[in-house]
Amino acid sequence: MDFLYHNIHFIGAFGLMFIGLYMIAVKKNLIKKIIGLGFVETGINLFLIIIGYIKNGTAPIFSKAGLDPARMVDPVPQALVLTAIVINVAILALALGLAIRLYGHYKTLNVEKIRGLKW
Amino acid sequence: MKKIISFVLLVIIFIGIYFAVSQIPYGKDKMSVSKHYLNNGVKENGASNIVTSVVLNYRGFDTLGELTILFIGAIGLGVVLFGFETKGKDIKSPSLILNAGSTFLFPFILLFGIYIFIHGHLSPGGGFQGGAVIASGFLISYLGYPKKRISEKGIHIVESLGGTLFILIGLLGLLLGGYFLSNILPKGTVNTLVSGGIIPLLYVLIGIKVGAELAGIIYKLME
Repeated sequence: MDFLYHNIHFIGAFGLMFIGLYMIAVKKNLIKKIIGLGFVETGINLFLIIIGYIKNGTAPIFSKAGLDPARMVDPVPQALVLTAIVINVAILALALGLAIRLYGHYKTLNVEKIRGLKW
Repeated sequence: MKKIISFVLLVIIFIGIYFAVSQIPYGKDKMSVSKHYLNNGVKENGASNIVTSVVLNYRGFDTLGELTILFIGAIGLGVVLFGFETKGKDIKSPSLILNAGSTFLFPFILLFGIYIFIHGHLSPGGGFQGGAVIASGFLISYLGYPKKRISEKGIHIVESLGGTLFILIGLLGLLLGGYFLSNILPKGTVNTLVSGGIIPLLYVLIGIKVGAELAGIIYKLME
């Protein structure tokens, strides 16, 4: 129980990544695979944000005078996650476009029925 | 069988990751880089939101690369979907509520998006988020009027203008300040709308560009 209490954030982040990778590996529907990709990316973003957290931290915004910089959370991972989210959108859009194209060609999204994509 | 194999493989991978991650201290002190940003960021850039000042000033070049990636993603989507026709598609005309609601909400969503990216250096928010809000406004107008199209040429012009002006401001910084995207404008007083030098300007450009690009992506995927 103590282990769970101290590591619940990491368990959440890596649980999301685990679910996503499992979906990518096992599911046969292409749309479900793309959703799995989204899961993995969310998990990684969560992990980066967790690394930058400090105990009882506040947002790194000096909205009023007298805020202590030592109590603010790390701004660098947040900026990186901002980048990652935008790239995530581009990747998902491109993947969905390819899925639409595949559906138009094969009339199915099942990977096992698409020739050349079997594993 | 396949499921079991992939499950076992994933478990092995994540046990390895666990041993790496368990060494990372949680909730402890920050790196020296972040300390420098937090202690001197307001003085050096005049923007009260440190994340914004990291994104647009300390790592402004990264942001340019990020915009390029989004641009390439939109172009790639256009290439992949070029000449694609859905046969026999019948669009149901939306109900009166959706129709009237989208007309009513569209200007307010645009206004909210513009508010988010203009206040990016003061409060949580910024160009990318504001652009996404603007694109959601275009999405709701598409749902309300499925037959109408925004002109693709207009989208291209707006997004190219945003990108070009971003690079021009960066080059101006190279010319006057000594390095790409240096903060050449006066900083202003902290926590007012006109502060932070070039940061609000850049965020407005990013917001316009991202909004146009995401709206283009939405329209391409909806076809």
